[in-house]
Amino acid sequence: MKTQHPILAVTFARLREFIRRPEAVFWVYFFPVLMVIVLGVAFRNQKVETFDVDVIESSLSNSIVEKLATEPRLKTHVVSEIEARDRLRAGTTTLMIEAAESSADKQILEQVEYLFDAARPGSLAARNIVDARLQEAAGRRDVLKVKDIKYEEPGGSYVDFLVPGLLAMGLMGGGLWGVGFAIVDMRIRKLLKRFMATPMRRSHFLMGMMLSRLIFMIPQIVILLVISYLLFGVKIYGSWLSILLVVLVGAIEFAAIGLLVASRAKTLETASGLMNLVMLPMWTLSGIFFSYERFPEIIHPIIKVLPLTPVIDALRALMMDGKSILTLGPELGVMIVWSIVPFVIALAIFRWSD
Amino acid sequence: MPSAIRCTNLTKTYKGKPPVEAVRGIDFEVNVGECYGVLGPNGAGKTTTIEILEGLLEATSGEAEVLEMSWSKNATAIRERIGVSLQETQLSDRLSVGETLNLFRSFYASGIDATTAMERVSLQEKENAWIKTLSGGQKQRLAVATALVGDPELIFLDEPTTGLDPSSRRELWDIIETFKKHGKTVLLTTHYMEEAERLCDRVAIFDAGKIIAEGTPSDLIRSLGAEHVIEFALDHDHDSFDLDLVQSIETVDHVDVSESEIRLTVGQPHVVLPQLISRLAKKGISLASLTTRHASLEDVFVSLTGRHLDEGDED
Repeated sequence: MKTQHPILAVTFARLREFIRRPEAVFWVYFFPVLMVIVLGVAFRNQKVETFDVDVIESSLSNSIVEKLATEPRLKTHVVSEIEARDRLRAGTTTLMIEAAESSADKQILEQVEYLFDAARPGSLAARNIVDARLQEAAGRRDVLKVKDIKYEEPGGSYVDFLVPGLLAMGLMGGGLWGVGFAIVDMRIRKLLKRFMATPMRRSHFLMGMMLSRLIFMIPQIVILLVISYLLFGVKIYGSWLSILLVVLVGAIEFAAIGLLVASRAKTLETASGLMNLVMLPMWTLSGIFFSYERFPEIIHPIIKVLPLTPVIDALRALMMDGKSILTLGPELGVMIVWSIVPFVIALAIFRWSD
Repeated sequence: MPSAIRCTNLTKTYKGKPPVEAVRGIDFEVNVGECYGVLGPNGAGKTTTIEILEGLLEATSGEAEVLEMSWSKNATAIRERIGVSLQETQLSDRLSVGETLNLFRSFYASGIDATTAMERVSLQEKENAWIKTLSGGQKQRLAVATALVGDPELIFLDEPTTGLDPSSRRELWDIIETFKKHGKTVLLTTHYMEEAERLCDRVAIFDAGKIIAEGTPSDLIRSLGAEHVIEFALDHDHDSFDLDLVQSIETVDHVDVSESEIRLTVGQPHVVLPQLISRLAKKGISLASLTTRHASLEDVFVSLTGRHLDEGDED
């Protein structure tokens, strides 16, 4: 029987160990999927957004409700002022309407007060809708002809934005945990030391660890993309080959960083602390869930050279905008630097025995 | 005779405050085909020495030659020809015996196949069993099998039977003896004296980073001057015991008094015993216990250091 090449032998041993741990498979493969489902449902594009508004009970409240009844985007409730304030504070409603009657005739509406917090999503829209209906009922006529056209560009929804971010987040978590944790665990079990007593080449071992990681990643990516497509219609506008290339470089990048994080750690606690330290800034800054454009412009250059940012930017450019990989030189450059530098440092400072 | 291991004035000092001198000038040579035992209490420098010879640690000074090659120039060539079983390696729980051996085999340019390795340690039936299902003895046999897959000329076994039950221990002894029969060399550390006496052609006794005695087990025991040991304890305190009472008995070579027992090293127990009992009876001293046995390497260690092997290192 011909013996296996050591790189492949290490790779297969790792793959076997991985698939024999169902809980690990679940977390690696289904956690990102779960995130897509939960966030995709929460932020789905609703057909018509409706607003709950309260009308404070008075002799005129019913007449206000009648005037707003034709508007499908509003749900009106007649309640006492105390209750209305409570509901507004709790966020159940977006707007509170109070009517003041004319001093001459109690049946005539003379003045309306709107109570709302303009910073809350939807409040201003609700106020404007209510106001428009009430002004029309009071006799206002619009002088300009207006036509609303619904904007619905494919690739423009929040889920389309989210999936590339989660894909990159999966690469990051998988690389750091999959490579880093496994290595620290092997060091604690003195298995690394045992391997060093054989003629095994150090680089073969490290390459086997990274290769096994690249193989785990394939189902991870495929499952995420297929489920996003089936549930939310997330489509890919760029070339598959380019996406595969970016994903591959991204996986190598995070495997190399995982190697570096694990290169000296002697306990699992140290390793997980270091990994969280590395990942935390990227979770918040690199734009997984929202664009980093929201951060002050002065820190954008720093955000752009974090390992995760170029992966997300490149995947979004390919998947959402259908851009060519040729336009992604800077992103790929940052990723390649993050693949080589940590690997070289890790190889130099790696602690093989205890 | 060609040598399998030769080390000259080997030292190892671990940096720290204060620095720890684990090995303080060790010389010994192991011949090809020999089983050489390194004995001593915990902390004596056994594992440090063996790990220098395995190429896992660098010596602070001195020379370590393995199979007539030096670690600084021929590390890979040496690793191809030695096999190693470390203390406390935990192999991967969720790999099978066969998969583990194939993994180790892949690291060597030449060697025996996994099936042959399993046969040598009688684990054929466990080929497809995950390591987490193996008993302690089976795991230890597998650890030895991983040392054998490269078809080595020399194997290093660091406390291979520690923590095993007697029957597992005997199974491992058989494996080591079979390996020796094929003309291969074994370096073994242990703190079980009977293991060393049974397996080793020669032993070195380590204490506090130095070799305090070296030779065949029988020579070392003979060096005590007498080959039997009589141990007894009295009903009352041993401090007030008059040594002259027993020292003057014929063939008594040496007397040690400790809190728990009085130990005589004697040439002829059948001469000493009747005299001992009658002298104690005359003084009205009564015995709490009395045993006699052949002297062992343990007694050699005790007579050299005044401590028992299992007491460990005092510092």
